[in-house]
Amino acid sequence: MSNEWLILFFLVGAIFVGLILIFSGIVAPKSINPQKFEPYECGIPTEGVTWLQFNVGYYLFAILFLVFDVETVLVFPWAVVMKEVGMAAFVEIVIFFFILGLGLLYAWKKHALIWE
Amino acid sequence: MLFDIVDVNSSPSLSDPWWKVFYDFSSLTHKIDSSLHNAMSQFWTTIAEMLIIGVLILLFYALIGLFLVYAERKVCAFMQNRLGPNRVGPFGIFQTIADLFKLLFKELIPIKNADSFLFNLAPFIVIIASFMAIAAIPFAKGLHAIDLNIGVLYVIAVSAMGVIGVLLAGWSSNNKYSLIGAMRSGAQIVSYELSVGLSIITIVILAGSMQLSEIVEAQRTGWFIFKGHIPAFIAFIVFLVSSTAETNRGPFDLAEAESELTAGYHTEYSGIKFAFFFLAEYINMFIVASIAATVFLGGWMPFNVGHWDGFNHVMDFVPPFVWYIGKTFFVIFIMMWFKWTFPRLRIDQLLTLEWKYLLPINLVNVLIMAFLVLMGWHF
Repeated sequence: MSNEWLILFFLVGAIFVGLILIFSGIVAPKSINPQKFEPYECGIPTEGVTWLQFNVGYYLFAILFLVFDVETVLVFPWAVVMKEVGMAAFVEIVIFFFILGLGLLYAWKKHALIWE
Repeated sequence: MLFDIVDVNSSPSLSDPWWKVFYDFSSLTHKIDSSLHNAMSQFWTTIAEMLIIGVLILLFYALIGLFLVYAERKVCAFMQNRLGPNRVGPFGIFQTIADLFKLLFKELIPIKNADSFLFNLAPFIVIIASFMAIAAIPFAKGLHAIDLNIGVLYVIAVSAMGVIGVLLAGWSSNNKYSLIGAMRSGAQIVSYELSVGLSIITIVILAGSMQLSEIVEAQRTGWFIFKGHIPAFIAFIVFLVSSTAETNRGPFDLAEAESELTAGYHTEYSGIKFAFFFLAEYINMFIVASIAATVFLGGWMPFNVGHWDGFNHVMDFVPPFVWYIGKTFFVIFIMMWFKWTFPRLRIDQLLTLEWKYLLPINLVNVLIMAFLVLMGWHF
Protein backbone atom coordinates (compact mmCIF):
# COMPACT_ATOMS: atom_id res chain seq x y z
CA MET A 1 0.00 0.00 0.00
CA SER A 2 1.47 3.34 -0.96
CA ASN A 3 1.82 6.20 1.47
CA GLU A 4 -1.12 8.16 0.09
CA TRP A 5 -3.38 5.61 1.76
CA LEU A 6 -2.73 7.33 5.06
CA ILE A 7 -5.60 9.60 4.09
CA LEU A 8 -7.84 6.54 4.47
CA PHE A 9 -6.98 6.25 8.14
CA PHE A 10 -7.54 9.97 8.61
CA LEU A 11 -10.99 9.62 7.05
CA VAL A 12 -11.89 6.50 9.04
CA GLY A 13 -11.01 8.33 12.28
CA ALA A 14 -13.00 11.42 11.32
CA ILE A 15 -16.03 9.39 10.19
CA PHE A 16 -15.90 7.25 13.34
CA VAL A 17 -16.01 10.30 15.63
CA GLY A 18 -18.50 12.15 13.43
CA LEU A 19 -21.03 9.33 13.17
CA ILE A 20 -20.95 8.55 16.87
CA LEU A 21 -21.36 12.24 17.75
CA ILE A 22 -24.35 12.52 15.39
CA PHE A 23 -25.91 9.34 16.81
CA SER A 24 -25.39 10.52 20.36
CA GLY A 25 -26.83 13.92 19.45
CA ILE A 26 -30.01 12.19 18.24
CA VAL A 27 -30.54 9.77 21.13
CA ALA A 28 -29.21 11.81 24.05
CA PRO A 29 -31.76 13.78 26.10
CA LYS A 30 -31.65 17.59 26.20
CA SER A 31 -32.89 19.79 28.97
CA ILE A 32 -32.39 23.52 29.47
CA ASN A 33 -31.17 24.77 32.82
CA PRO A 34 -28.97 27.86 32.93
CA GLN A 35 -27.02 26.62 35.95
CA LYS A 36 -25.91 23.53 34.08
CA PHE A 37 -23.96 25.41 31.42
CA GLU A 38 -21.68 27.16 33.91
CA PRO A 39 -18.03 26.03 33.96
CA TYR A 40 -17.38 23.70 36.89
CA GLU A 41 -15.53 25.21 39.83
CA CYS A 42 -16.39 23.26 42.99
CA GLY A 43 -19.92 24.60 43.02
CA ILE A 44 -19.18 28.33 43.27
CA PRO A 45 -19.59 30.73 40.28
CA THR A 46 -16.34 31.07 38.36
CA GLU A 47 -14.38 34.24 39.06
CA GLY A 48 -12.93 36.44 36.28
CA VAL A 49 -11.75 35.31 32.86
CA THR A 50 -10.01 32.01 32.29
CA TRP A 51 -7.74 32.92 29.39
CA LEU A 52 -5.01 34.72 31.34
CA GLN A 53 -1.26 34.99 31.12
CA PHE A 54 0.47 31.81 32.14
CA ASN A 55 3.49 30.77 34.18
CA VAL A 56 6.65 31.55 32.20
CA GLY A 57 8.20 28.23 33.26
CA TYR A 58 6.18 26.37 30.64
CA TYR A 59 7.63 28.54 27.84
CA LEU A 60 11.19 27.93 29.01
CA PHE A 61 10.66 24.21 28.74
CA ALA A 62 9.01 24.66 25.36
CA ILE A 63 12.10 26.48 24.05
CA LEU A 64 14.44 23.81 25.45
CA PHE A 65 12.24 21.16 23.90
CA LEU A 66 12.48 22.86 20.50
CA VAL A 67 16.29 22.76 20.60
CA PHE A 68 16.47 19.10 21.57
CA ASP A 69 13.65 17.98 19.30
CA VAL A 70 15.35 19.45 16.23
CA GLU A 71 18.46 17.62 17.41
CA THR A 72 16.52 14.33 17.61
CA VAL A 73 15.23 14.79 14.08
CA LEU A 74 18.79 15.46 12.91
CA VAL A 75 20.12 12.35 14.62
CA PHE A 76 17.52 9.97 13.13
CA PRO A 77 19.03 9.91 9.60
CA TRP A 78 22.49 9.66 11.15
CA ALA A 79 21.41 6.58 13.11
CA VAL A 80 20.26 4.84 9.91
CA VAL A 81 23.59 5.25 8.10
CA MET A 82 25.82 4.92 11.18
CA LYS A 83 26.81 1.31 10.39
CA GLU A 84 27.88 2.08 6.82
CA VAL A 85 29.78 5.32 7.43
CA GLY A 86 31.64 4.01 10.48
CA MET A 87 34.32 5.96 12.33
CA ALA A 88 33.68 9.35 10.69
CA ALA A 89 30.02 9.28 11.72
CA PHE A 90 30.95 8.35 15.28
CA VAL A 91 33.45 11.22 15.64
CA GLU A 92 30.95 13.67 14.23
CA ILE A 93 28.20 12.62 16.62
CA VAL A 94 30.56 12.86 19.59
CA ILE A 95 31.36 16.46 18.66
CA PHE A 96 27.67 17.19 18.03
CA PHE A 97 26.58 15.74 21.36
CA PHE A 98 29.42 17.56 23.15
CA ILE A 99 28.14 20.92 21.90
CA LEU A 100 24.56 19.94 22.79
CA GLY A 101 25.68 18.80 26.23
CA LEU A 102 27.29 22.22 26.76
CA GLY A 103 23.92 23.77 25.91
CA LEU A 104 22.14 21.57 28.43
CA LEU A 105 24.79 22.36 31.03
CA TYR A 106 24.32 26.08 30.39
CA ALA A 107 20.57 25.80 30.88
CA TRP A 108 21.19 23.76 34.02
CA LYS A 109 23.60 26.33 35.52
CA LYS A 110 21.21 29.16 34.62
CA HIS A 111 18.56 27.34 36.72
CA ALA A 112 16.30 27.00 33.68
CA LEU A 113 15.61 23.39 34.66
CA ILE A 114 14.28 24.30 38.10
CA TRP A 115 10.54 24.65 38.35
CA GLU A 116 9.44 27.76 40.24
CA MET B 1 -2.17 -2.47 -5.47
CA LEU B 2 -3.44 -2.17 -1.97
CA PHE B 3 -2.37 -5.46 -0.46
CA ASP B 4 1.01 -5.53 -2.13
CA ILE B 5 2.96 -4.68 0.96
CA VAL B 6 4.21 -7.94 2.24
CA ASP B 7 7.46 -9.77 2.63
CA VAL B 8 8.41 -11.49 -0.62
CA ASN B 9 11.29 -13.62 0.64
CA SER B 10 9.16 -16.68 1.20
CA SER B 11 6.35 -16.86 -1.34
CA PRO B 12 3.67 -19.12 0.08
CA SER B 13 2.17 -21.66 -2.30
CA LEU B 14 -1.50 -22.48 -2.60
CA SER B 15 -0.93 -26.12 -1.74
CA ASP B 16 -0.16 -25.29 1.90
CA PRO B 17 -2.77 -26.37 4.44
CA TRP B 18 -5.25 -23.68 5.47
CA TRP B 19 -3.77 -23.06 8.91
CA LYS B 20 -0.49 -21.93 7.34
CA VAL B 21 -2.16 -18.59 6.84
CA PHE B 22 -1.63 -17.86 10.52
CA TYR B 23 2.12 -17.87 9.96
CA ASP B 24 2.12 -15.70 6.86
CA PHE B 25 -0.84 -13.53 6.00
CA SER B 26 0.57 -12.46 2.62
CA SER B 27 -1.00 -15.43 0.79
CA LEU B 28 -4.44 -14.54 2.16
CA THR B 29 -4.15 -10.87 1.27
CA HIS B 30 -2.84 -11.71 -2.20
CA LYS B 31 -5.73 -14.10 -2.75
CA ILE B 32 -8.30 -11.50 -1.71
CA ASP B 33 -6.62 -8.90 -3.91
CA SER B 34 -6.52 -11.07 -7.02
CA SER B 35 -10.08 -12.34 -6.62
CA LEU B 36 -11.31 -8.77 -6.25
CA HIS B 37 -9.37 -7.79 -9.37
CA ASN B 38 -11.01 -10.62 -11.29
CA ALA B 39 -14.46 -9.61 -10.14
CA MET B 40 -14.39 -5.89 -10.95
CA SER B 41 -12.46 -2.96 -12.39
CA GLN B 42 -9.45 -1.22 -10.85
CA PHE B 43 -11.47 1.63 -9.41
CA TRP B 44 -14.03 -0.54 -7.66
CA THR B 45 -11.31 -2.88 -6.38
CA THR B 46 -9.65 0.06 -4.70
CA ILE B 47 -12.95 1.15 -3.18
CA ALA B 48 -13.68 -2.36 -1.93
CA GLU B 49 -10.24 -2.74 -0.39
CA MET B 50 -10.55 0.63 1.29
CA LEU B 51 -13.86 -0.47 2.77
CA ILE B 52 -12.46 -3.81 3.96
CA ILE B 53 -9.43 -2.21 5.59
CA GLY B 54 -11.49 0.61 7.06
CA VAL B 55 -14.02 -1.75 8.63
CA LEU B 56 -11.32 -4.11 9.91
CA ILE B 57 -9.29 -1.32 11.50
CA LEU B 58 -12.43 0.14 13.09
CA LEU B 59 -13.41 -3.22 14.57
CA PHE B 60 -9.90 -3.82 15.85
CA TYR B 61 -9.75 -0.32 17.32
CA ALA B 62 -13.06 -0.68 19.14
CA LEU B 63 -12.24 -4.16 20.42
CA ILE B 64 -8.84 -3.12 21.76
CA GLY B 65 -10.38 -0.08 23.43
CA LEU B 66 -13.16 -2.08 25.09
CA PHE B 67 -10.82 -4.85 26.17
CA LEU B 68 -8.16 -2.52 27.60
CA VAL B 69 -10.66 -0.62 29.75
CA TYR B 70 -11.91 -3.93 31.15
CA ALA B 71 -8.34 -5.20 31.63
CA GLU B 72 -7.32 -2.04 33.45
CA ARG B 73 -10.20 -2.35 35.89
CA LYS B 74 -9.47 -6.01 36.52
CA VAL B 75 -5.72 -5.41 36.98
CA CYS B 76 -6.42 -2.46 39.28
CA ALA B 77 -8.81 -4.61 41.32
CA PHE B 78 -6.25 -7.40 41.48
CA MET B 79 -3.54 -4.99 42.71
CA GLN B 80 -5.88 -3.61 45.39
CA ASN B 81 -7.22 -6.99 46.46
CA ARG B 82 -10.73 -6.36 45.13
CA LEU B 83 -12.91 -8.25 42.67
CA GLY B 84 -13.40 -5.55 40.04
CA PRO B 85 -16.33 -5.65 37.60
CA ASN B 86 -18.11 -9.01 38.05
CA ARG B 87 -21.85 -8.44 37.53
CA VAL B 88 -22.43 -7.79 33.80
CA GLY B 89 -21.87 -11.09 32.03
CA PRO B 90 -19.45 -13.81 33.11
CA PHE B 91 -16.56 -12.18 35.08
CA GLY B 92 -18.03 -8.81 34.11
CA ILE B 93 -16.73 -8.93 30.55
CA PHE B 94 -19.67 -6.90 29.22
CA GLN B 95 -19.11 -4.10 31.74
CA THR B 96 -17.35 -1.78 29.28
CA ILE B 97 -20.05 -2.35 26.64
CA ALA B 98 -22.67 -1.39 29.22
CA ASP B 99 -20.61 1.69 30.09
CA LEU B 100 -20.34 2.60 26.42
CA PHE B 101 -24.14 2.49 26.00
CA LYS B 102 -24.63 4.54 29.13
CA LEU B 103 -22.23 7.20 27.81
CA LEU B 104 -23.91 7.22 24.39
CA PHE B 105 -27.26 8.12 25.98
CA LYS B 106 -25.89 10.92 28.18
CA GLU B 107 -26.52 14.56 27.44
CA LEU B 108 -23.77 16.53 25.66
CA ILE B 109 -23.56 19.77 27.62
CA PRO B 110 -22.38 22.90 25.77
CA ILE B 111 -20.44 25.12 28.18
CA LYS B 112 -21.26 28.81 28.41
CA ASN B 113 -18.57 31.07 26.89
CA ALA B 114 -16.56 28.08 25.71
CA ASP B 115 -14.88 28.20 22.30
CA SER B 116 -17.35 25.73 20.84
CA PHE B 117 -15.52 25.09 17.56
CA LEU B 118 -12.27 24.08 19.27
CA PHE B 119 -14.24 22.33 22.00
CA ASN B 120 -15.78 20.01 19.40
CA LEU B 121 -12.60 19.71 17.33
CA ALA B 122 -10.49 18.34 20.19
CA PRO B 123 -12.01 14.79 20.32
CA PHE B 124 -11.56 14.52 16.55
CA ILE B 125 -7.85 15.32 16.82
CA VAL B 126 -7.07 12.86 19.61
CA ILE B 127 -8.94 10.02 17.88
CA ILE B 128 -7.54 10.72 14.39
CA ALA B 129 -3.98 10.86 15.77
CA SER B 130 -4.35 7.42 17.30
CA PHE B 131 -5.96 6.00 14.15
CA MET B 132 -3.11 7.25 11.99
CA ALA B 133 -0.51 5.84 14.35
CA ILE B 134 -2.14 2.40 14.32
CA ALA B 135 -1.89 2.38 10.49
CA ALA B 136 1.87 1.79 10.51
CA ILE B 137 2.13 -0.98 13.10
CA PRO B 138 3.05 -4.51 11.93
CA PHE B 139 0.73 -7.01 13.60
CA ALA B 140 2.10 -10.17 12.01
CA LYS B 141 3.94 -11.29 8.94
CA GLY B 142 2.04 -9.80 6.01
CA LEU B 143 -0.53 -8.14 8.29
CA HIS B 144 0.66 -4.60 7.97
CA ALA B 145 -1.51 -1.76 6.73
CA ILE B 146 1.19 0.68 5.57
CA ASP B 147 4.86 -0.21 5.62
CA LEU B 148 6.47 3.23 5.66
CA ASN B 149 10.24 3.44 5.24
CA ILE B 150 10.32 5.90 8.16
CA GLY B 151 7.91 3.79 10.24
CA VAL B 152 9.25 4.43 13.75
CA LEU B 153 9.66 8.17 13.25
CA TYR B 154 6.16 8.35 11.76
CA VAL B 155 4.53 6.53 14.66
CA ILE B 156 6.14 8.62 17.39
CA ALA B 157 5.47 11.81 15.42
CA VAL B 158 1.79 11.08 14.82
CA SER B 159 1.06 9.74 18.27
CA ALA B 160 2.53 12.94 19.72
CA MET B 161 -0.04 14.93 17.70
CA GLY B 162 -2.62 13.90 20.30
CA VAL B 163 -1.20 16.60 22.59
CA ILE B 164 -2.69 19.23 20.29
CA GLY B 165 -6.11 17.77 20.99
CA VAL B 166 -5.42 17.80 24.72
CA LEU B 167 -4.25 21.44 24.61
CA LEU B 168 -7.29 22.49 22.57
CA ALA B 169 -9.61 20.66 24.96
CA GLY B 170 -8.13 22.41 27.97
CA TRP B 171 -7.97 25.82 26.36
CA SER B 172 -11.44 25.87 24.86
CA SER B 173 -13.30 24.64 27.97
CA ASN B 174 -13.29 28.03 29.70
CA ASN B 175 -12.40 26.27 32.95
CA LYS B 176 -9.33 26.91 35.07
CA TYR B 177 -8.83 23.26 35.98
CA SER B 178 -8.90 22.32 32.32
CA LEU B 179 -6.42 25.00 31.37
CA ILE B 180 -3.94 24.02 34.09
CA GLY B 181 -4.30 20.35 33.14
CA ALA B 182 -3.71 21.08 29.47
CA MET B 183 -0.63 23.22 30.13
CA ARG B 184 0.84 20.55 32.37
CA SER B 185 0.10 17.93 29.77
CA GLY B 186 1.81 20.03 27.11
CA ALA B 187 4.96 20.57 29.18
CA GLN B 188 5.05 16.91 30.11
CA ILE B 189 4.51 15.44 26.65
CA VAL B 190 7.00 17.70 24.89
CA SER B 191 9.63 16.90 27.52
CA TYR B 192 9.23 13.14 27.42
CA GLU B 193 8.98 13.12 23.63
CA LEU B 194 12.77 13.63 23.58
CA SER B 195 13.47 10.53 25.63
CA VAL B 196 11.15 8.43 23.50
CA GLY B 197 12.91 9.62 20.35
CA LEU B 198 16.42 9.11 21.69
CA SER B 199 15.78 5.63 23.07
CA ILE B 200 14.33 4.63 19.68
CA ILE B 201 17.46 6.08 18.02
CA THR B 202 19.56 3.73 20.14
CA ILE B 203 17.86 0.79 18.46
CA VAL B 204 17.79 2.37 14.99
CA ILE B 205 21.61 2.49 15.15
CA LEU B 206 21.60 -1.25 15.78
CA ALA B 207 19.00 -2.06 13.12
CA GLY B 208 20.26 0.39 10.48
CA SER B 209 16.71 1.10 9.36
CA MET B 210 13.59 2.95 10.42
CA GLN B 211 11.21 0.65 8.54
CA LEU B 212 9.27 -1.38 11.09
CA SER B 213 9.14 -4.56 9.00
CA GLU B 214 12.93 -4.43 8.54
CA ILE B 215 13.47 -3.82 12.24
CA VAL B 216 11.40 -6.92 13.01
CA GLU B 217 13.20 -8.92 10.33
CA ALA B 218 16.58 -7.92 11.78
CA GLN B 219 15.54 -9.58 15.04
CA ARG B 220 15.17 -13.04 13.53
CA THR B 221 18.45 -14.07 15.19
CA GLY B 222 17.62 -12.52 18.53
CA TRP B 223 15.60 -9.69 20.01
CA PHE B 224 17.32 -6.31 20.17
CA ILE B 225 17.00 -6.16 23.94
CA PHE B 226 19.35 -9.19 24.07
CA LYS B 227 21.42 -8.32 21.00
CA GLY B 228 22.30 -4.82 22.15
CA HIS B 229 23.83 -5.66 25.55
CA ILE B 230 23.30 -3.17 28.36
CA PRO B 231 22.63 -0.03 26.25
CA ALA B 232 19.59 -1.68 24.67
CA PHE B 233 18.28 -2.64 28.10
CA ILE B 234 18.77 0.90 29.42
CA ALA B 235 17.01 2.22 26.33
CA PHE B 236 14.10 -0.16 26.98
CA ILE B 237 13.71 1.05 30.58
CA VAL B 238 13.92 4.70 29.51
CA PHE B 239 11.40 4.04 26.76
CA LEU B 240 8.98 2.42 29.20
CA VAL B 241 9.18 5.32 31.66
CA SER B 242 8.97 8.07 29.08
CA SER B 243 6.21 6.46 27.03
CA THR B 244 4.15 6.00 30.19
CA ALA B 245 4.60 9.73 30.75
CA GLU B 246 3.80 10.51 27.13
CA THR B 247 0.46 8.76 27.30
CA ASN B 248 -0.47 10.75 30.43
CA ARG B 249 -0.68 7.63 32.50
CA GLY B 250 0.47 6.01 35.64
CA PRO B 251 2.45 8.07 38.13
CA PHE B 252 2.65 10.80 35.47
CA ASP B 253 -1.08 11.56 35.11
CA LEU B 254 -0.68 15.18 36.24
CA ALA B 255 -2.87 16.42 33.41
CA GLU B 256 -5.91 14.78 34.98
CA ALA B 257 -4.82 14.59 38.61
CA GLU B 258 -8.23 14.03 40.17
CA SER B 259 -7.13 15.02 43.67
CA GLU B 260 -6.20 18.55 42.56
CA LEU B 261 -7.74 19.25 39.14
CA THR B 262 -11.08 17.32 39.22
CA ALA B 263 -10.52 15.67 35.84
CA GLY B 264 -7.92 17.95 34.28
CA TYR B 265 -8.32 18.79 30.62
CA HIS B 266 -11.58 16.86 30.13
CA THR B 267 -13.43 18.27 33.16
CA GLU B 268 -16.08 19.93 30.98
CA TYR B 269 -16.58 17.08 28.55
CA SER B 270 -19.66 14.98 29.07
CA GLY B 271 -21.18 11.83 27.63
CA ILE B 272 -19.61 10.35 24.55
CA LYS B 273 -17.14 13.23 24.06
CA PHE B 274 -15.53 12.27 27.35
CA ALA B 275 -15.46 8.65 26.16
CA PHE B 276 -13.38 9.68 23.14
CA PHE B 277 -10.62 11.04 25.37
CA PHE B 278 -10.80 7.94 27.51
CA LEU B 279 -10.63 5.68 24.45
CA ALA B 280 -7.74 7.61 22.92
CA GLU B 281 -5.75 7.28 26.13
CA TYR B 282 -6.06 3.50 26.07
CA ILE B 283 -5.33 3.23 22.35
CA ASN B 284 -2.24 5.40 22.82
CA MET B 285 -1.13 3.01 25.52
CA PHE B 286 -1.62 0.15 23.08
CA ILE B 287 0.40 2.00 20.42
CA VAL B 288 3.41 2.71 22.63
CA ALA B 289 3.30 -0.84 23.99
CA SER B 290 3.30 -2.28 20.50
CA ILE B 291 6.18 -0.01 19.51
CA ALA B 292 8.08 -1.27 22.56
CA ALA B 293 7.24 -4.84 21.58
CA THR B 294 8.23 -4.29 17.95
CA VAL B 295 11.43 -2.37 18.48
CA PHE B 296 12.84 -4.00 21.60
CA LEU B 297 11.13 -7.37 21.97
CA GLY B 298 11.18 -8.62 18.40
CA GLY B 299 7.63 -7.84 17.22
CA TRP B 300 6.05 -11.03 15.91
CA MET B 301 9.31 -13.00 16.01
CA PRO B 302 9.20 -16.08 18.28
CA PHE B 303 11.58 -16.49 21.20
CA ASN B 304 14.48 -18.67 20.03
CA VAL B 305 17.54 -19.77 21.99
CA GLY B 306 20.77 -20.67 20.19
CA HIS B 307 20.89 -24.39 19.44
CA TRP B 308 17.96 -25.68 21.46
CA ASP B 309 16.24 -27.07 18.37
CA GLY B 310 13.35 -28.78 20.15
CA PHE B 311 12.57 -25.66 22.16
CA ASN B 312 12.85 -23.48 19.06
CA HIS B 313 10.42 -25.71 17.13
CA VAL B 314 7.84 -25.43 19.89
CA MET B 315 8.30 -21.64 19.94
CA ASP B 316 8.01 -21.42 16.14
CA PHE B 317 4.75 -23.37 16.30
CA VAL B 318 3.05 -20.47 18.13
CA PRO B 319 1.67 -18.14 15.42
CA PRO B 320 3.39 -14.73 15.02
CA PHE B 321 0.19 -12.84 15.75
CA VAL B 322 -0.03 -14.51 19.14
CA TRP B 323 3.58 -13.56 19.86
CA TYR B 324 2.92 -9.97 18.93
CA ILE B 325 -0.25 -9.71 21.04
CA GLY B 326 1.43 -11.49 23.94
CA LYS B 327 4.40 -9.12 24.01
CA THR B 328 2.21 -6.06 23.62
CA PHE B 329 -0.04 -7.07 26.47
CA PHE B 330 2.96 -7.88 28.61
CA VAL B 331 4.20 -4.30 28.17
CA ILE B 332 0.68 -2.96 28.79
CA PHE B 333 0.50 -4.98 32.00
CA ILE B 334 3.78 -3.43 33.16
CA MET B 335 2.40 0.04 32.45
CA MET B 336 -0.75 -0.76 34.44
CA TRP B 337 1.43 -2.09 37.23
CA PHE B 338 3.27 1.27 37.27
CA LYS B 339 0.01 3.13 37.53
CA TRP B 340 -1.35 1.22 40.50
CA THR B 341 1.96 1.01 42.37
CA PHE B 342 3.60 4.43 42.36
CA PRO B 343 2.21 7.66 43.83
CA ARG B 344 1.72 10.58 41.48
CA LEU B 345 4.73 12.86 40.91
CA ARG B 346 4.72 16.64 41.36
CA ILE B 347 5.35 18.71 38.23
CA ASP B 348 8.82 19.82 39.37
CA GLN B 349 9.80 16.21 40.13
CA LEU B 350 8.45 15.20 36.74
CA LEU B 351 10.51 17.76 34.83
CA THR B 352 13.60 17.08 36.95
CA LEU B 353 13.33 13.38 36.16
CA GLU B 354 13.28 14.07 32.44
CA TRP B 355 15.78 16.90 32.04
CA LYS B 356 18.33 16.01 34.72
CA TYR B 357 18.23 12.21 34.59
CA LEU B 358 16.64 10.61 31.54
CA LEU B 359 17.94 13.03 28.90
CA PRO B 360 21.67 12.94 29.91
CA ILE B 361 21.46 9.15 30.41
CA ASN B 362 19.95 8.83 26.96
CA LEU B 363 22.54 11.03 25.25
CA VAL B 364 25.38 8.98 26.75
CA ASN B 365 23.53 5.77 25.96
CA VAL B 366 23.27 6.65 22.27
CA LEU B 367 27.03 7.24 22.17
CA ILE B 368 27.77 3.92 23.91
CA MET B 369 25.52 2.08 21.49
CA ALA B 370 27.16 3.79 18.51
CA PHE B 371 30.55 2.75 19.86
CA LEU B 372 29.39 -0.86 20.33
CA VAL B 373 28.09 -1.03 16.77
CA LEU B 374 31.28 0.60 15.47
CA MET B 375 33.42 -2.02 17.21
CA GLY B 376 31.06 -4.84 16.23
CA TRP B 377 30.63 -5.92 19.84
CA HIS B 378 26.91 -6.53 19.54
CA PHE B 379 25.62 -10.01 18.75
